[in-house]
Amino acid sequence: MRGSSPAMTGEYRDTGAYMSTMRPQDILLPAAAGLCCKPGGFHIDPVRPVERAVITHGHSDHARAGHGRVLATQETLDMMRLRYGENFAGSTQAICYGEEIRLGDVRVKFHPAGHVLGSAQIAVTCKDTCIVASGDYKDAPDPTCTPFELVPCDVFITEATFGLPVFRHGDAAGEVRKLLASVALFPERAHLVGAYSLGKAQRVIALLRQAGYDAPIYLHGAMEKITKYYQSRGIDLGELRPVMGVKKAALAGTITLAPPSATSDLWTRRFPDPVTAFASGWMRVRARARQRGIELPLVISDHADWDGLTATIAATGAGEIWVTHGQEDALVHWCQSKGLRAQPLDLVGYGDEEESETPLQDEAEA
Amino acid sequence: MNRFAELLDRLAYEPGRNNKLRLITGYFREVGDPDRGYALAALTGALSFKHAKPALIRDLIASRTDPVLFGLSYDYVGDLSETVALMWPKRVPGNGESFPGHPSPPPSPARGEGAQLGAGQQTSSTTDRDSASDGRTTPTVPSPLAGEGQGGGYRGRDARDALHPSNHNNPPPPTLTEVVTTLRTLGKTELPKQLERWLDELDETGRWALLKLVTGALRIGISARLAKTAAAALGDKDPHEVELIWPGLAPPYLDLFAWLEGRGDKPVNRDPAPFRPVMLAHAIEDTDFAALDPADYVAEWKWDGIRVQAVAGRDERGHVTARLYSRTGEDITGSFPDLVPSLRLAGAIDGELLILREGRVQSFNVLQQRLNRKVVSPKLIKEFPIHLRAYDLLGDDANDLRELPFAERRERLETFIGKLDDPRIDLSPTVPFASWQALTAARADPASAGAGEDADAVEGVMLKRRDAPYLPGRPKGQWWKWKRDPHIIDAVLMYAQRGHGKRSSYYSDYTFGVWTAGEAGDELVPVGKAYFGFTDEELLQIDRFVRRNTTEKFGPVRHVVHEPDTGLVLEVAFEGLQRSQRHKSGVAMRFPRISRLRWDKPPREADRLETLENMLKADESLPTIKVAASADSR
Repeated sequence: MRGSSPAMTGEYRDTGAYMSTMRPQDILLPAAAGLCCKPGGFHIDPVRPVERAVITHGHSDHARAGHGRVLATQETLDMMRLRYGENFAGSTQAICYGEEIRLGDVRVKFHPAGHVLGSAQIAVTCKDTCIVASGDYKDAPDPTCTPFELVPCDVFITEATFGLPVFRHGDAAGEVRKLLASVALFPERAHLVGAYSLGKAQRVIALLRQAGYDAPIYLHGAMEKITKYYQSRGIDLGELRPVMGVKKAALAGTITLAPPSATSDLWTRRFPDPVTAFASGWMRVRARARQRGIELPLVISDHADWDGLTATIAATGAGEIWVTHGQEDALVHWCQSKGLRAQPLDLVGYGDEEESETPLQDEAEA
Repeated sequence: MNRFAELLDRLAYEPGRNNKLRLITGYFREVGDPDRGYALAALTGALSFKHAKPALIRDLIASRTDPVLFGLSYDYVGDLSETVALMWPKRVPGNGESFPGHPSPPPSPARGEGAQLGAGQQTSSTTDRDSASDGRTTPTVPSPLAGEGQGGGYRGRDARDALHPSNHNNPPPPTLTEVVTTLRTLGKTELPKQLERWLDELDETGRWALLKLVTGALRIGISARLAKTAAAALGDKDPHEVELIWPGLAPPYLDLFAWLEGRGDKPVNRDPAPFRPVMLAHAIEDTDFAALDPADYVAEWKWDGIRVQAVAGRDERGHVTARLYSRTGEDITGSFPDLVPSLRLAGAIDGELLILREGRVQSFNVLQQRLNRKVVSPKLIKEFPIHLRAYDLLGDDANDLRELPFAERRERLETFIGKLDDPRIDLSPTVPFASWQALTAARADPASAGAGEDADAVEGVMLKRRDAPYLPGRPKGQWWKWKRDPHIIDAVLMYAQRGHGKRSSYYSDYTFGVWTAGEAGDELVPVGKAYFGFTDEELLQIDRFVRRNTTEKFGPVRHVVHEPDTGLVLEVAFEGLQRSQRHKSGVAMRFPRISRLRWDKPPREADRLETLENMLKADESLPTIKVAASADSR
């Protein structure tokens, strides 16, 4: 019955036979603090401090400090600790992919989301109804994290960061070849790659290594800690060096990874005639790249593109789709045109880190 | 086509001239004939075919996609060609039905299939092998492609392209040659089907470039001159050499590339009216005069028009061909058809293009209204009568005069113009002077030094050595330009914006304003924007000031403090003023630049809008006064 079940909100009430089945919104419901599971007594990725939080992944818009108890993968917990310090939560509990635990009246199971190291989709099952909160996910290969797993369900909660048909990310390896071709063409210039410091940076490094680039790769100070953590989890990133203190001339022909906000900052003056690249799904749209003054846009994203979103939605077999953070309208429309029940989920506070719109960070006077 | 698109894509983002050159030269080196030739033609604007209308592109996308999804996408991207290029759903051969923007889901997914589910992901991991087996990455395997696939060493294709080889029913993407040659002969009714096929075959960037090309909206941001310079670099040749033979060449320029690569002789320019590289002047500094002897030089007025070369020559059958070239060698004859009948005598005139009304030279503002028009209407020609003021003669019939000293060329020019005897072409007069003091006086008051009623169109004086041959480029010590002093005002820095390329970490674009009476007392109104004129050291100082005195931020723009007592006063130099509807202040400056930083001056002492308005009024009132004056004198 899963997948074909008429998981439509209105119909249960009238049909006595289904009285034992929960309506999806009785299981998960948007609340001010985030997605709330009343029967389980927890919130998923809450944006405000709550008693019990279940967290999909370590990006700061999803994983915040100050909750009572936190359930997440070991990697996500470690990253939170790195970012917020030892006392980021009252208590923590680590869970593995494939592991199922009971919380209140529901069962909770974690599945790989393929977004960043430790990222998970959270399957919440109550009675016969299964809802998957996928968090951020991508179905493209990534050498730095466990691949996305398809979880059949009744209700699928999908992100829509790149929920427009113009977003097709293509092959990340091809984009890295573009970067390397530019390094070869301009050996006297430094290449500065803007990449989010959790996940994207390490993926770009791993892709560079896969492409056979074995020279040392330089890092902006802000990404050293998290990158070291990736290495400690057995991800081979080759020789990495802090860029701080390196002479300008020595940076000719090298590749440096930095947070996106740093690539248009005073900080760039230490590089010889830098080529400014930015690894992001937003780079697909020219106006975006131009707005940021990017010279070498690299379409590399840690989110599913339009094709990935639609293929995943179809493949989950879910009859009802909740669409959150991003371009909800187009994806909701698509679902409806395919006969799926779909609605935007009114959640606020997501997409503040990573690939969402961020106003240019203010630079320090240095 | 994909490779050419990749080049265009890179060029669109690269701000540096030298880096652009490297990208283009790299392309010419990597890509074989005839594709690179058509690329050169596209970059120099030498391609011509009937353009497709945007409505056609809209129809194409409407036939393939959901209108709501297209609407949302177009709103987001904001550019029709780009939206279509990005969302174009390829029709999978053998599968008649097309899914708008998404692949068909895999059959009955089971738990644990994990990452295998995705659309392109299954194939993307095998991309390299597939494309290699297709012969694209291995130069030794003969390629079936006639164009850019050849030439060897062609790497780095997009995944969308690489996905093609795995499906053997798919035709290879079209080469640029195919696109250009097909578009030239294709009938209007066949265009939609052909475009659809190409869109199916190309990758995102390829589709974008194709759509821009067929709609005639390919704006690459490089000049024809730059493209030719990049071609010259391929064979370590002087760009002038390419410029000289260019008028005799045609796409795909096989003979040019053969010569550049040392495989063939230098093509001969058989054009009866070829362009000759222009001789340019150095700006003279006060300190230069001490070393110069006035007796060695001839002075002329520096006219505020457009430098042109007007060439007429006889072809084999004795017919006269006339062409007008810009100083960079671009053929601009089409914009000035009214001058062509006057170019009856074979020869090459170096001179200034001006607008003359009732015998009076009009300001550059007037001339500007005739430039960059797509259609040169009879009305435009009548209202803006074109005129050529000649100051040098480079060729007289078949004789090349460029080796002769300037004084001698000048004599020949006078004879030539006399013989031509045409009201549209006259001689630029020389300015007699015996000493630098005399010339200084003439420059300060051209009206009484011979320029008379045309003095307003004089923007300084030119000094030419009597014995100077006509040399291409900017040879030292031969020609000097001594511009009239610019207008100067003190304005207050209001907003600063980040620069581009090397300057992307600096606030280097400045909007400045002057005082005007507002509702609540005096307020600053922006009057212009400048991004040069300052030294590197001054740039650092302004940048620091901007960062420390920002009151608000709007994306890359900073609102900088500008109060009567706090703020930065900039001395702005500019060449002229124009009324402007687009600016709140109602005035627009020509060629504004920062000439000095007035750290010493409080903003309240900066200039007022009235000062600019008075300048403008003075300018505007002059022609009337003059007409009256000239009427009196007759």
